[in-house]
Amino acid sequence: MNIVAVRALFAFEMSRWRRTLMQSVISPVLSTSLYFVVFGAAIGSRISEVEGVSYGAFIVPGLIMMLILAQSTANASFGIYFPRFTGTIYEILSAPVSALEIVLGYVGAAATKSVILGLIVLVTASFFVEVRIAHPFWMLAFLLLTSIAFSLLGFIVGLWAEGFEKLQLIPLLIITPLSFLGGTFYSLNMLPPFWKTVTLLNPIVYLISGFRWSFYEISDVSVGVSLLMTLVFLLVCLAVIWLIFKTGYRLKA
Amino acid sequence: MPAIISVIDVSKTYASGFTALHGVDLDINEGEIFALLGPNGAGKTTLINIICGIVNASFGSVSVAGHDNVTEFRAARSAIGLVPQELTLDMFESVWATVNFSRGLFGKPKNHAYVEKILRQLSLWDKKDSRILSLSGGMKRRLLIAKALAHEPRILFLDEPTAGVDVELRRGMWDVISGMRADGVTIILTTHYIEEAELMADRVGVILKGGIVLVERKDELMRKLGRKMLVLDLQSPLVTLPAGLDAHNLVLSPDGKHLTYTFDTKSERTGITALLNDLRSAGVTFSDLRTEESSLEDIFVDLVKKAAQ
Repeated sequence: MNIVAVRALFAFEMSRWRRTLMQSVISPVLSTSLYFVVFGAAIGSRISEVEGVSYGAFIVPGLIMMLILAQSTANASFGIYFPRFTGTIYEILSAPVSALEIVLGYVGAAATKSVILGLIVLVTASFFVEVRIAHPFWMLAFLLLTSIAFSLLGFIVGLWAEGFEKLQLIPLLIITPLSFLGGTFYSLNMLPPFWKTVTLLNPIVYLISGFRWSFYEISDVSVGVSLLMTLVFLLVCLAVIWLIFKTGYRLKA
Repeated sequence: MPAIISVIDVSKTYASGFTALHGVDLDINEGEIFALLGPNGAGKTTLINIICGIVNASFGSVSVAGHDNVTEFRAARSAIGLVPQELTLDMFESVWATVNFSRGLFGKPKNHAYVEKILRQLSLWDKKDSRILSLSGGMKRRLLIAKALAHEPRILFLDEPTAGVDVELRRGMWDVISGMRADGVTIILTTHYIEEAELMADRVGVILKGGIVLVERKDELMRKLGRKMLVLDLQSPLVTLPAGLDAHNLVLSPDGKHLTYTFDTKSERTGITALLNDLRSAGVTFSDLRTEESSLEDIFVDLVKKAAQ
Protein backbone atom coordinates (compact mmCIF):
# COMPACT_ATOMS: atom_id res chain seq x y z
CA MET A 1 0.00 0.00 0.00
CA ASN A 2 1.42 3.34 -1.10
CA ILE A 3 0.21 5.36 1.89
CA VAL A 4 2.42 8.31 0.97
CA ALA A 5 0.67 8.58 -2.39
CA VAL A 6 -2.80 8.39 -0.80
CA ARG A 7 -1.78 11.17 1.52
CA ALA A 8 -0.40 13.21 -1.38
CA LEU A 9 -3.64 12.87 -3.38
CA PHE A 10 -5.71 13.63 -0.29
CA ALA A 11 -3.64 16.70 0.57
CA PHE A 12 -3.78 17.89 -3.05
CA GLU A 13 -7.57 17.71 -3.06
CA MET A 14 -7.86 19.40 0.32
CA SER A 15 -5.56 22.23 -0.74
CA ARG A 16 -7.70 22.77 -3.83
CA TRP A 17 -10.63 23.09 -1.45
CA ARG A 18 -8.87 25.56 0.79
CA ARG A 19 -7.80 27.61 -2.19
CA THR A 20 -11.42 28.09 -3.17
CA LEU A 21 -12.80 28.53 0.33
CA MET A 22 -15.34 31.07 -0.84
CA GLN A 23 -17.15 28.80 -3.26
CA SER A 24 -16.40 25.49 -1.58
CA VAL A 25 -17.31 26.29 2.02
CA ILE A 26 -18.92 29.66 2.48
CA SER A 27 -21.32 29.46 -0.42
CA PRO A 28 -22.90 26.05 0.41
CA VAL A 29 -23.10 26.89 4.10
CA LEU A 30 -24.69 30.24 3.33
CA SER A 31 -27.26 28.85 0.92
CA THR A 32 -28.22 26.07 3.32
CA SER A 33 -28.53 28.58 6.13
CA LEU A 34 -30.95 30.54 4.01
CA TYR A 35 -33.29 27.56 4.19
CA PHE A 36 -33.27 27.77 7.99
CA VAL A 37 -34.07 31.42 7.86
CA VAL A 38 -36.81 31.14 5.25
CA PHE A 39 -38.37 27.78 6.10
CA GLY A 40 -37.45 27.56 9.73
CA ALA A 41 -37.95 31.06 11.04
CA ALA A 42 -40.25 32.76 8.55
CA ILE A 43 -42.56 30.04 7.22
CA GLY A 44 -41.91 27.50 9.95
CA SER A 45 -43.55 29.64 12.59
CA ARG A 46 -46.84 29.18 10.71
CA ILE A 47 -46.51 25.41 10.37
CA SER A 48 -47.40 23.31 13.35
CA GLU A 49 -45.00 20.79 14.78
CA VAL A 50 -44.21 17.68 12.76
CA GLU A 51 -44.47 14.55 14.87
CA GLY A 52 -43.65 16.51 17.99
CA VAL A 53 -40.69 18.43 16.56
CA SER A 54 -40.81 22.10 15.61
CA TYR A 55 -40.75 22.56 11.84
CA GLY A 56 -37.47 24.50 11.87
CA ALA A 57 -35.72 21.70 13.74
CA PHE A 58 -37.48 19.02 11.69
CA ILE A 59 -35.91 20.15 8.41
CA VAL A 60 -32.33 20.36 9.75
CA PRO A 61 -31.30 16.71 9.15
CA GLY A 62 -32.88 16.74 5.70
CA LEU A 63 -31.10 19.96 4.76
CA ILE A 64 -27.76 18.61 5.92
CA MET A 65 -28.40 15.44 3.92
CA MET A 66 -29.26 17.48 0.83
CA LEU A 67 -26.07 19.44 1.19
CA ILE A 68 -23.99 16.29 1.68
CA LEU A 69 -25.47 14.55 -1.35
CA ALA A 70 -24.90 17.54 -3.61
CA GLN A 71 -21.44 18.42 -2.31
CA SER A 72 -20.09 14.87 -2.22
CA THR A 73 -21.14 14.24 -5.80
CA ALA A 74 -19.93 17.60 -7.05
CA ASN A 75 -16.60 17.51 -5.22
CA ALA A 76 -15.62 13.98 -6.09
CA SER A 77 -16.74 14.23 -9.70
CA PHE A 78 -14.87 17.47 -10.27
CA GLY A 79 -11.81 16.15 -8.45
CA ILE A 80 -11.27 13.28 -10.88
CA TYR A 81 -12.79 14.90 -13.98
CA PHE A 82 -10.52 17.94 -13.90
CA PRO A 83 -7.21 16.05 -14.27
CA ARG A 84 -8.82 14.07 -17.09
CA PHE A 85 -9.87 17.32 -18.72
CA THR A 86 -6.50 19.08 -18.35
CA GLY A 87 -4.43 15.98 -19.00
CA THR A 88 -2.64 15.97 -15.64
CA ILE A 89 -4.10 12.50 -15.08
CA TYR A 90 -1.03 11.18 -16.92
CA GLU A 91 0.95 11.60 -13.75
CA ILE A 92 -1.46 9.60 -11.64
CA LEU A 93 -1.71 6.83 -14.23
CA SER A 94 2.06 6.57 -14.53
CA ALA A 95 2.64 6.61 -10.77
CA PRO A 96 3.04 3.45 -8.71
CA VAL A 97 -0.45 3.74 -7.25
CA SER A 98 -3.22 1.17 -7.39
CA ALA A 99 -6.87 1.86 -8.19
CA LEU A 100 -7.70 1.46 -4.51
CA GLU A 101 -5.19 4.14 -3.55
CA ILE A 102 -6.51 6.57 -6.15
CA VAL A 103 -10.07 6.05 -4.89
CA LEU A 104 -8.97 6.39 -1.26
CA GLY A 105 -7.26 9.70 -2.04
CA TYR A 106 -10.01 11.30 -4.09
CA VAL A 107 -13.08 9.84 -2.40
CA GLY A 108 -11.51 10.19 1.04
CA ALA A 109 -10.94 13.90 0.44
CA ALA A 110 -14.41 14.48 -1.02
CA ALA A 111 -16.09 12.67 1.87
CA THR A 112 -13.99 14.56 4.43
CA LYS A 113 -15.06 17.87 2.92
CA SER A 114 -18.71 16.80 3.05
CA VAL A 115 -18.50 15.74 6.69
CA ILE A 116 -16.85 19.05 7.60
CA LEU A 117 -19.51 20.99 5.68
CA GLY A 118 -22.28 18.95 7.31
CA LEU A 119 -20.93 19.69 10.76
CA ILE A 120 -20.54 23.41 10.00
CA VAL A 121 -24.17 23.56 8.87
CA LEU A 122 -25.25 21.63 11.95
CA VAL A 123 -23.53 24.17 14.19
CA THR A 124 -24.95 27.05 12.14
CA ALA A 125 -28.46 25.55 12.39
CA SER A 126 -28.21 25.38 16.14
CA PHE A 127 -28.06 29.18 16.19
CA PHE A 128 -31.44 29.43 14.47
CA VAL A 129 -33.40 26.47 15.75
CA GLU A 130 -33.28 24.10 18.67
CA VAL A 131 -31.41 21.03 17.44
CA ARG A 132 -31.33 17.91 19.55
CA ILE A 133 -29.22 14.86 18.75
CA ALA A 134 -30.55 11.69 20.32
CA HIS A 135 -27.96 9.31 18.89
CA PRO A 136 -24.70 11.15 18.17
CA PHE A 137 -22.92 7.94 17.15
CA TRP A 138 -25.54 7.03 14.56
CA MET A 139 -25.75 10.62 13.43
CA LEU A 140 -22.03 10.57 12.64
CA ALA A 141 -22.28 7.09 11.14
CA PHE A 142 -25.05 8.14 8.72
CA LEU A 143 -23.18 11.35 7.92
CA LEU A 144 -19.97 9.48 7.17
CA LEU A 145 -21.51 6.58 5.25
CA THR A 146 -23.62 8.87 3.09
CA SER A 147 -20.67 11.15 2.42
CA ILE A 148 -18.56 8.20 1.32
CA ALA A 149 -21.33 6.63 -0.76
CA PHE A 150 -22.09 9.82 -2.69
CA SER A 151 -18.42 10.68 -3.07
CA LEU A 152 -18.06 7.27 -4.71
CA LEU A 153 -21.01 8.12 -6.94
CA GLY A 154 -19.38 11.45 -7.76
CA PHE A 155 -16.14 9.68 -8.62
CA ILE A 156 -18.05 7.47 -11.06
CA VAL A 157 -19.73 10.51 -12.59
CA GLY A 158 -16.34 12.20 -12.93
CA LEU A 159 -14.97 9.19 -14.77
CA TRP A 160 -18.01 8.85 -16.98
CA ALA A 161 -18.42 12.50 -17.93
CA GLU A 162 -16.97 13.67 -21.21
CA GLY A 163 -17.70 17.34 -20.65
CA PHE A 164 -18.61 19.80 -17.96
CA GLU A 165 -22.22 19.54 -19.02
CA LYS A 166 -22.41 15.83 -18.23
CA LEU A 167 -20.68 16.53 -14.95
CA GLN A 168 -23.67 18.64 -13.89
CA LEU A 169 -26.25 16.27 -15.31
CA ILE A 170 -26.54 13.76 -12.47
CA PRO A 171 -26.52 16.27 -9.60
CA LEU A 172 -28.95 18.56 -11.38
CA LEU A 173 -31.39 16.08 -12.88
CA ILE A 174 -31.33 13.29 -10.35
CA ILE A 175 -29.88 14.18 -6.99
CA THR A 176 -31.41 17.61 -6.44
CA PRO A 177 -35.00 16.62 -7.41
CA LEU A 178 -34.81 13.35 -5.50
CA SER A 179 -33.58 15.07 -2.36
CA PHE A 180 -36.30 17.71 -2.58
CA LEU A 181 -38.87 14.93 -2.94
CA GLY A 182 -37.15 12.73 -0.39
CA GLY A 183 -38.76 14.12 2.72
CA THR A 184 -36.42 16.98 3.54
CA PHE A 185 -39.30 19.37 4.08
CA TYR A 186 -42.09 17.00 5.10
CA SER A 187 -42.84 13.72 6.77
CA LEU A 188 -44.06 10.98 4.46
CA ASN A 189 -47.08 10.63 6.72
CA MET A 190 -48.23 14.05 5.48
CA LEU A 191 -48.64 12.61 1.95
CA PRO A 192 -51.70 10.86 0.47
CA PRO A 193 -51.22 7.03 0.48
CA PHE A 194 -50.51 6.83 -3.27
CA TRP A 195 -47.74 9.43 -3.19
CA LYS A 196 -46.36 7.92 -0.05
CA THR A 197 -45.89 4.61 -1.89
CA VAL A 198 -44.32 6.36 -4.86
CA THR A 199 -41.98 8.27 -2.58
CA LEU A 200 -40.73 5.03 -1.05
CA LEU A 201 -39.14 4.26 -4.43
CA ASN A 202 -36.87 7.22 -3.89
CA PRO A 203 -33.65 5.92 -2.30
CA ILE A 204 -32.88 9.28 -0.75
CA VAL A 205 -35.96 8.93 1.49
CA TYR A 206 -34.13 6.19 3.37
CA LEU A 207 -31.01 8.28 3.89
CA ILE A 208 -32.91 11.28 5.19
CA SER A 209 -35.20 9.19 7.34
CA GLY A 210 -32.33 7.37 9.03
CA PHE A 211 -30.42 10.56 9.58
CA ARG A 212 -33.43 12.30 11.06
CA TRP A 213 -34.02 9.37 13.38
CA SER A 214 -30.53 9.85 14.85
CA PHE A 215 -31.65 13.39 15.80
CA TYR A 216 -35.27 13.09 16.94
CA GLU A 217 -36.02 9.36 16.97
CA ILE A 218 -38.75 9.87 14.38
CA SER A 219 -38.50 8.18 11.00
CA ASP A 220 -40.53 7.45 7.88
CA VAL A 221 -39.03 4.00 7.46
CA SER A 222 -37.33 1.75 9.97
CA VAL A 223 -33.74 2.67 10.83
CA GLY A 224 -32.48 -0.79 9.99
CA VAL A 225 -33.82 -0.43 6.45
CA SER A 226 -32.21 3.00 6.18
CA LEU A 227 -28.85 1.67 7.24
CA LEU A 228 -29.17 -1.28 4.89
CA MET A 229 -30.04 0.98 1.95
CA THR A 230 -27.06 3.19 2.67
CA LEU A 231 -24.74 0.21 2.77
CA VAL A 232 -26.22 -1.30 -0.39
CA PHE A 233 -25.74 1.97 -2.22
CA LEU A 234 -22.15 2.14 -0.99
CA LEU A 235 -21.43 -1.39 -2.14
CA VAL A 236 -22.99 -0.83 -5.56
CA CYS A 237 -20.78 2.22 -6.09
CA LEU A 238 -17.71 0.31 -4.98
CA ALA A 239 -18.53 -2.52 -7.38
CA VAL A 240 -18.95 -0.10 -10.29
CA ILE A 241 -15.62 1.56 -9.52
CA TRP A 242 -13.92 -1.80 -9.25
CA LEU A 243 -15.28 -2.65 -12.71
CA ILE A 244 -14.11 0.68 -14.11
CA PHE A 245 -10.56 0.13 -12.99
CA LYS A 246 -10.57 -3.49 -14.03
CA THR A 247 -11.54 -2.59 -17.57
CA GLY A 248 -9.67 0.72 -17.65
CA TYR A 249 -12.86 2.40 -18.89
CA ARG A 250 -12.31 6.10 -19.68
CA LEU A 251 -8.97 5.97 -17.90
CA LYS A 252 -6.71 3.92 -20.11
CA ALA A 253 -6.89 3.52 -23.84
CA MET B 1 25.56 -2.61 -20.97
CA PRO B 2 22.50 -4.35 -19.52
CA ALA B 3 19.05 -3.43 -20.80
CA ILE B 4 17.10 -1.34 -18.32
CA ILE B 5 13.96 -1.49 -20.44
CA SER B 6 12.93 -4.45 -22.57
CA VAL B 7 9.96 -4.13 -24.86
CA ILE B 8 9.02 -7.55 -26.17
CA ASP B 9 6.69 -8.01 -29.11
CA VAL B 10 4.37 -5.20 -28.08
CA SER B 11 1.31 -4.46 -30.21
CA LYS B 12 -1.43 -1.96 -29.69
CA THR B 13 -4.77 -1.79 -31.40
CA TYR B 14 -7.05 0.97 -30.14
CA ALA B 15 -10.77 0.44 -29.63
CA SER B 16 -11.33 2.34 -32.86
CA GLY B 17 -9.55 -0.48 -34.68
CA PHE B 18 -6.46 1.62 -35.39
CA THR B 19 -3.25 -0.34 -34.94
CA ALA B 20 -0.70 2.04 -33.49
CA LEU B 21 2.05 -0.51 -32.85
CA HIS B 22 2.73 -3.95 -34.19
CA GLY B 23 5.29 -6.34 -32.79
CA VAL B 24 7.71 -3.80 -31.35
CA ASP B 25 10.91 -5.17 -29.81
CA LEU B 26 13.24 -2.69 -28.21
CA ASP B 27 15.97 -2.72 -25.57
CA ILE B 28 17.13 0.43 -23.87
CA ASN B 29 20.53 0.24 -22.22
CA GLU B 30 21.22 1.61 -18.79
CA GLY B 31 22.82 5.03 -18.79
CA GLU B 32 22.35 5.85 -22.46
CA ILE B 33 20.50 8.60 -24.23
CA PHE B 34 18.19 6.98 -26.72
CA ALA B 35 16.45 9.09 -29.32
CA LEU B 36 13.23 7.80 -30.78
CA LEU B 37 12.55 9.40 -34.11
CA GLY B 38 9.48 9.12 -36.22
CA PRO B 39 7.01 11.24 -38.10
CA ASN B 40 3.75 12.30 -36.48
CA GLY B 41 1.44 9.37 -35.83
CA ALA B 42 4.21 6.79 -36.11
CA GLY B 43 3.53 5.45 -32.61
CA LYS B 44 6.19 7.20 -30.52
CA THR B 45 3.86 8.45 -27.82
CA THR B 46 1.85 5.22 -27.78
CA LEU B 47 5.05 3.27 -27.16
CA ILE B 48 6.11 5.60 -24.35
CA ASN B 49 2.65 5.50 -22.81
CA ILE B 50 2.66 1.70 -22.83
CA ILE B 51 6.06 1.56 -21.13
CA CYS B 52 4.92 4.08 -18.50
CA GLY B 53 1.62 2.29 -17.83
CA ILE B 54 -0.72 4.95 -19.20
CA VAL B 55 -1.91 2.80 -22.09
CA ASN B 56 -2.44 -0.95 -21.92
CA ALA B 57 -0.69 -3.00 -24.58
CA SER B 58 -2.92 -5.31 -26.64
CA PHE B 59 -0.15 -7.85 -26.81
CA GLY B 60 3.41 -8.35 -25.62
CA SER B 61 5.23 -7.34 -22.47
CA VAL B 62 7.48 -4.65 -21.09
CA SER B 63 10.01 -5.01 -18.34
CA VAL B 64 11.49 -2.02 -16.58
CA ALA B 65 14.57 -2.46 -14.37
CA GLY B 66 13.81 -6.19 -14.31
CA HIS B 67 10.15 -5.80 -13.33
CA ASP B 68 7.17 -6.57 -15.54
CA ASN B 69 5.28 -3.31 -15.93
CA VAL B 70 1.86 -4.91 -15.38
CA THR B 71 2.33 -7.57 -12.71
CA GLU B 72 5.00 -5.59 -10.83
CA PHE B 73 3.77 -2.15 -11.80
CA ARG B 74 4.89 -0.49 -8.59
CA ALA B 75 8.54 -1.38 -8.95
CA ALA B 76 8.49 -0.75 -12.70
CA ARG B 77 6.81 2.65 -12.54
CA SER B 78 8.90 3.80 -9.57
CA ALA B 79 11.95 3.66 -11.82
CA ILE B 80 10.45 5.96 -14.45
CA GLY B 81 9.93 9.70 -14.68
CA LEU B 82 7.80 10.94 -17.56
CA VAL B 83 7.83 14.38 -19.14
CA PRO B 84 4.75 14.56 -21.35
CA GLN B 85 4.54 16.35 -24.64
CA GLU B 86 1.75 18.73 -23.66
CA LEU B 87 2.17 21.32 -20.92
CA THR B 88 -0.26 19.57 -18.60
CA LEU B 89 0.00 21.20 -15.19
CA ASP B 90 -2.33 22.25 -12.40
CA MET B 91 -2.32 25.93 -13.22
CA PHE B 92 -3.47 27.13 -9.79
CA GLU B 93 -0.88 25.20 -7.81
CA SER B 94 2.47 26.63 -6.77
CA VAL B 95 5.70 25.29 -8.23
CA TRP B 96 6.84 24.04 -4.85
CA ALA B 97 3.56 22.26 -4.10
CA THR B 98 3.32 20.51 -7.43
CA VAL B 99 6.87 19.11 -7.36
CA ASN B 100 6.37 17.84 -3.81
CA PHE B 101 3.04 16.35 -4.87
CA SER B 102 4.77 14.40 -7.65
CA ARG B 103 7.29 13.07 -5.18
CA GLY B 104 4.56 11.99 -2.78
CA LEU B 105 2.56 10.36 -5.57
CA PHE B 106 5.52 8.08 -6.23
CA GLY B 107 5.58 7.11 -2.58
CA LYS B 108 8.77 8.93 -1.68
CA PRO B 109 9.02 10.61 1.75
CA LYS B 110 9.43 14.38 1.83
CA ASN B 111 12.91 15.62 0.99
CA HIS B 112 13.00 19.37 0.72
CA ALA B 113 16.74 19.50 0.14
CA TYR B 114 16.42 17.27 -2.92
CA VAL B 115 13.45 19.17 -4.36
CA GLU B 116 15.37 22.40 -3.84
CA LYS B 117 18.35 20.94 -5.70
CA ILE B 118 16.22 20.03 -8.71
CA LEU B 119 14.50 23.40 -8.79
CA ARG B 120 17.85 25.15 -8.65
CA GLN B 121 19.25 22.96 -11.42
CA LEU B 122 16.31 23.84 -13.61
CA SER B 123 16.49 27.55 -12.73
CA LEU B 124 13.09 27.48 -11.07
CA TRP B 125 14.11 28.10 -7.50
CA ASP B 126 13.17 31.79 -7.43
CA LYS B 127 9.77 30.82 -8.86
CA LYS B 128 9.03 28.20 -6.23
CA ASP B 129 6.15 30.11 -4.67
CA SER B 130 4.68 31.30 -7.95
CA ARG B 131 1.49 29.93 -9.33
CA ILE B 132 2.11 27.78 -12.37
CA LEU B 133 -0.15 29.86 -14.59
CA SER B 134 2.23 32.80 -14.16
CA LEU B 135 5.18 30.86 -15.61
CA SER B 136 6.42 31.21 -19.17
CA GLY B 137 6.25 28.29 -21.60
CA GLY B 138 9.91 27.43 -21.12
CA MET B 139 9.52 27.46 -17.35
CA LYS B 140 6.49 25.21 -17.54
CA ARG B 141 8.48 22.78 -19.65
CA ARG B 142 11.28 22.78 -17.08
CA LEU B 143 8.73 22.38 -14.30
CA LEU B 144 7.45 19.22 -15.99
CA ILE B 145 11.01 17.93 -15.94
CA ALA B 146 11.32 18.84 -12.26
CA LYS B 147 8.10 16.93 -11.52
CA ALA B 148 9.37 13.92 -13.44
CA LEU B 149 12.66 13.99 -11.51
CA ALA B 150 11.01 14.56 -8.14
CA HIS B 151 11.03 10.87 -7.21
CA GLU B 152 14.64 10.27 -8.24
CA PRO B 153 13.91 8.00 -11.21
CA ARG B 154 16.59 5.93 -12.95
CA ILE B 155 14.89 6.41 -16.30
CA LEU B 156 13.54 9.60 -17.77
CA PHE B 157 11.20 9.81 -20.73
CA LEU B 158 11.13 13.11 -22.53
CA ASP B 159 8.36 13.31 -25.09
CA GLU B 160 9.30 16.19 -27.39
CA PRO B 161 11.11 18.12 -24.65
CA THR B 162 11.98 21.10 -26.81
CA ALA B 163 8.79 21.43 -28.84
CA GLY B 164 7.81 25.09 -28.89
CA VAL B 165 10.91 26.17 -26.98
CA ASP B 166 13.06 28.95 -28.37
CA VAL B 167 16.63 28.33 -29.50
CA GLU B 168 18.31 29.62 -26.38
CA LEU B 169 16.08 27.65 -24.06
CA ARG B 170 16.55 24.58 -26.21
CA ARG B 171 20.28 24.80 -25.64
CA GLY B 172 19.61 25.21 -21.93
CA MET B 173 17.46 22.09 -22.07
CA TRP B 174 20.25 20.15 -23.73
CA ASP B 175 22.58 21.15 -20.90
CA VAL B 176 20.01 19.95 -18.39
CA ILE B 177 19.68 16.61 -20.19
CA SER B 178 23.44 16.16 -20.40
CA GLY B 179 23.65 16.90 -16.68
CA MET B 180 21.09 14.22 -15.90
CA ARG B 181 22.93 11.75 -18.05
CA ALA B 182 26.10 12.52 -16.11
CA ASP B 183 24.14 11.63 -12.96
CA GLY B 184 23.54 8.19 -14.46
CA VAL B 185 19.94 8.64 -15.53
CA THR B 186 18.90 6.71 -18.62
CA ILE B 187 17.15 9.06 -21.01
CA ILE B 188 14.72 8.27 -23.79
CA LEU B 189 13.66 11.22 -25.86
CA THR B 190 11.39 11.63 -28.80
CA THR B 191 11.95 14.61 -30.94
CA HIS B 192 11.14 16.31 -34.17
CA TYR B 193 14.41 18.20 -34.10
CA ILE B 194 16.70 15.69 -35.62
CA GLU B 195 19.71 17.86 -34.88
CA GLU B 196 18.82 17.28 -31.25
CA ALA B 197 19.11 13.52 -31.64
CA GLU B 198 22.24 13.96 -33.67
CA LEU B 199 23.79 16.11 -30.99
CA MET B 200 22.80 14.17 -27.90
CA ALA B 201 21.84 10.58 -28.53
CA ASP B 202 24.05 7.55 -28.10
CA ARG B 203 21.63 5.44 -30.06
CA VAL B 204 18.83 6.24 -32.41
CA GLY B 205 15.67 4.28 -33.07
CA VAL B 206 13.38 5.06 -35.94
CA ILE B 207 9.72 4.17 -35.70
CA LEU B 208 7.53 4.21 -38.78
CA LYS B 209 3.89 3.19 -39.06
CA GLY B 210 3.94 1.44 -35.68
CA GLY B 211 7.08 -0.60 -36.22
CA ILE B 212 10.71 -0.06 -35.28
CA VAL B 213 12.55 0.02 -38.59
CA LEU B 214 16.00 0.77 -37.29
CA VAL B 215 17.98 0.85 -34.04
CA GLU B 216 21.60 1.76 -34.32
CA ARG B 217 24.41 3.52 -32.54
CA LYS B 218 24.25 7.05 -33.82
CA ASP B 219 27.84 7.27 -35.03
CA GLU B 220 27.56 3.88 -36.69
CA LEU B 221 24.34 4.89 -38.33
CA MET B 222 25.92 8.01 -39.67
CA ARG B 223 28.80 5.98 -41.02
CA LYS B 224 26.69 3.21 -42.42
CA LEU B 225 24.06 5.25 -44.08
CA GLY B 226 26.12 8.38 -44.35
CA ARG B 227 27.21 9.62 -47.69
CA LYS B 228 29.93 12.12 -48.18
CA MET B 229 30.01 14.69 -50.88
CA LEU B 230 33.14 16.16 -52.38
CA VAL B 231 32.46 19.64 -53.67
CA LEU B 232 34.93 21.24 -56.06
CA ASP B 233 34.91 24.99 -56.66
CA LEU B 234 36.00 25.42 -60.25
CA GLN B 235 38.44 28.09 -61.37
CA SER B 236 36.52 28.70 -64.58
CA PRO B 237 32.82 27.81 -64.98
CA LEU B 238 31.90 24.86 -67.18
CA VAL B 239 28.94 24.71 -69.53
CA THR B 240 28.90 20.94 -69.82
CA LEU B 241 30.87 18.13 -68.28
CA PRO B 242 33.97 17.38 -70.34
CA ALA B 243 34.04 13.95 -71.98
CA GLY B 244 35.85 11.31 -69.97
CA LEU B 245 34.18 12.31 -66.71
CA ASP B 246 30.82 10.67 -67.40
CA ALA B 247 31.69 7.54 -65.42
CA HIS B 248 32.00 9.48 -62.16
CA ASN B 249 28.38 10.53 -61.66
CA LEU B 250 29.36 14.13 -61.21
CA VAL B 251 26.77 16.83 -60.78
CA LEU B 252 27.47 20.24 -62.23
CA SER B 253 25.82 23.14 -60.46
CA PRO B 254 23.46 25.30 -62.58
CA ASP B 255 25.94 28.17 -62.59
CA GLY B 256 28.69 25.82 -63.72
CA LYS B 257 30.98 26.81 -60.86
CA HIS B 258 30.81 23.71 -58.69
CA LEU B 259 31.14 20.00 -59.24
CA THR B 260 29.70 17.64 -56.68
CA TYR B 261 30.87 14.06 -56.32
CA THR B 262 28.93 11.78 -53.97
CA PHE B 263 30.65 8.75 -52.50
CA ASP B 264 30.01 6.10 -49.93
CA THR B 265 32.25 6.33 -46.87
CA LYS B 266 31.96 2.64 -46.06
CA SER B 267 33.03 1.31 -49.45
CA GLU B 268 36.69 0.41 -49.75
CA ARG B 269 37.25 2.45 -52.86
CA THR B 270 35.76 5.88 -52.76
CA GLY B 271 36.90 6.62 -56.30
CA ILE B 272 38.39 9.95 -55.31
CA THR B 273 41.86 9.26 -56.68
CA ALA B 274 40.50 8.13 -60.03
CA LEU B 275 38.26 11.18 -60.17
CA LEU B 276 41.10 13.58 -59.47
CA ASN B 277 43.27 11.90 -62.11
CA ASP B 278 40.50 12.11 -64.69
CA LEU B 279 39.86 15.77 -63.80
CA ARG B 280 43.48 16.56 -64.47
CA SER B 281 43.45 14.72 -67.79
CA ALA B 282 40.32 16.62 -68.75
CA GLY B 283 42.04 19.88 -67.86
CA VAL B 284 39.54 20.88 -65.17
CA THR B 285 41.20 23.02 -62.52
CA PHE B 286 39.68 23.97 -59.20
CA SER B 287 40.36 26.63 -56.62
CA ASP B 288 39.03 24.85 -53.54
CA LEU B 289 37.53 21.58 -52.42
CA ARG B 290 35.56 20.48 -49.39
CA THR B 291 33.63 17.44 -48.22
CA GLU B 292 30.16 17.42 -46.69
CA GLU B 293 28.61 14.67 -44.65
CA SER B 294 24.92 13.85 -44.76
CA SER B 295 23.14 14.64 -41.52
CA LEU B 296 20.89 12.38 -39.52
CA GLU B 297 18.06 14.37 -40.97
CA ASP B 298 18.96 13.32 -44.51
CA ILE B 299 19.20 9.73 -43.34
CA PHE B 300 15.86 9.98 -41.63
CA VAL B 301 14.11 11.56 -44.57
CA ASP B 302 15.58 8.83 -46.77
CA LEU B 303 14.19 6.11 -44.50
CA VAL B 304 10.76 7.68 -44.38
CA LYS B 305 10.69 7.97 -48.14
CA LYS B 306 11.70 4.35 -48.55
CA ALA B 307 9.02 3.21 -46.13
CA ALA B 308 6.41 5.22 -47.99
CA GLN B 309 7.22 3.50 -51.27
